[in-house]
Amino acid sequence: MRPARFHVADKGITLLKKTALNTLHRAASARMVDFGGWDMPVNYGSQIEEHHAVRRDAGMFDVSHMVVLDMKGDGVRAFLRYALANDVEKLQTPGRALYSCLLRDDGHVLDDLIVYFLDESFFRVVVNAGTADKDAAWFESLRAKHAPAVTIQRRSDLGILAVQGPNARDRVWQILPDAKPATDELKPFSAVAVTNAGLSLPPCGGGRPEEPAPEAFLIGGAGEGEKHSTAFFIARTGYTGEDGFEIIAPHDAIVTLWQQLDAAGVRPCGLGSRDTLRLEAGMNLYGQDMDENVSPLESGLTWTVDFKDAARDFVGKTALLAQPPTRHLTGLLLLDSGGVLRAHQTVHTDHGDGEITSGTFSPTLGRAIALARLPSAVQDGDTVAVAVRDKQLKARVVKPPFVKQGKTLIGI
Amino acid sequence: MSQIPADLKYTTSHEWVRREADGSLTIGITDHAQEALGDLVFIELPAVGRALAAGEACTVVESVKAASDVYAPIAGTVTAQNEAVTSTPELVNQNAYDAWLFKLQPADDNAFAALLDAAAYAKEI
Repeated sequence: MRPARFHVADKGITLLKKTALNTLHRAASARMVDFGGWDMPVNYGSQIEEHHAVRRDAGMFDVSHMVVLDMKGDGVRAFLRYALANDVEKLQTPGRALYSCLLRDDGHVLDDLIVYFLDESFFRVVVNAGTADKDAAWFESLRAKHAPAVTIQRRSDLGILAVQGPNARDRVWQILPDAKPATDELKPFSAVAVTNAGLSLPPCGGGRPEEPAPEAFLIGGAGEGEKHSTAFFIARTGYTGEDGFEIIAPHDAIVTLWQQLDAAGVRPCGLGSRDTLRLEAGMNLYGQDMDENVSPLESGLTWTVDFKDAARDFVGKTALLAQPPTRHLTGLLLLDSGGVLRAHQTVHTDHGDGEITSGTFSPTLGRAIALARLPSAVQDGDTVAVAVRDKQLKARVVKPPFVKQGKTLIGI
Repeated sequence: MSQIPADLKYTTSHEWVRREADGSLTIGITDHAQEALGDLVFIELPAVGRALAAGEACTVVESVKAASDVYAPIAGTVTAQNEAVTSTPELVNQNAYDAWLFKLQPADDNAFAALLDAAAYAKEI
């Protein structure tokens, strides 16, 4: 057999970038892969068990490869209203977040991102790892032309930890007790900065793994070490369809937090389960479900493109208005047995052919599911045929999400 | 570290082969292969009676993350398939050397000896 999709990075490839948690991933026998130039864990044993841990209890993902861009200065709101397809005018309460596409002039998708409004002169943008350089250059070219007073700072000093699952928030509060008052009432898609979160450091300090001090890996008991005074940026967001937090903090604090959550029973989860969880939740993956060859209007992202304010111009707007969509991105549930739905399989419909953009075996449903780009006339509930190797397997068109907050949302 | 039992033969494409007393060959995928694939969720085996050429793709194994072909290590005719692994693919993850895939009556009895031994396979992975 020849493993296909993931390039295995076990054999001493030194050019890959590493997050601050890399040593801990390897110590936990994670299977590592090259993901967008980063040496990242795909699983720590069983992808399916990691998936179930997030649906049923709590799991955590190192997403420190994602990139934080802090945008500050006079006119930053107007700049982002022009740069992004969604309208940051919706963000009026500090901490509120918005999902948006970053478009090219031709209306195709450069990346998808989350933007947080912190104050009138400070917005924080989090972009994908593999696209970060391209995004930063694009933002910079727009900034130079349209908002010279704005500054853009790439925060490579910060890491990101996603803690997800029905018990995720409780576990985070167990480790960051002083963060609870500020985050207890935090609404979904909101964030807050917490300066004294109550993280107990081991006596010797957090310690980054590249400065090995064995004691640094010990877990400090309550009261044993000093309290960490670092600011944690805690957002009630995620990429799994479950409740939870995404936490942005300096690398040493992320390492300590990971160790203490691990000791508290939060299961380390790799990119493999992150992919099956997001697919069940009907969330797009950049580079797979949309990219620079397609419009957001043909990628299930029409809800994120805001045309409401006719006076607002934004990058890609003219092109989108000139190209009405002829295809749409929707879900498929495999009805026949005989394989698993995968990206690039052809979908035959009564209205012409389409293509699967992401497909997998859904651990929650026990069935193969997919996102597929199909002719616009195809309706939810239609039966289509998917070419899987030498067979034509029947699948039903269903509206994603497939699973959310532990519940199946489609008829099986 | 993945296991490589010394009493089996191997291919560079990560199949293991055991010669039975009656001269038939039992074939599966190696521990290294199942580890690389991750949790298996679908297996399709060659029909009993099918004649396979050496190196012919004859079995599909799909994990949560990828689909892969399994190749016939040597030419022969399929004499049995392991239905336990088609109904419960994760058996291969649990013990790749116990969860065989299919059995083959070799066209040439000498072909087995030419397969990799454990030490040679260990160098391949």
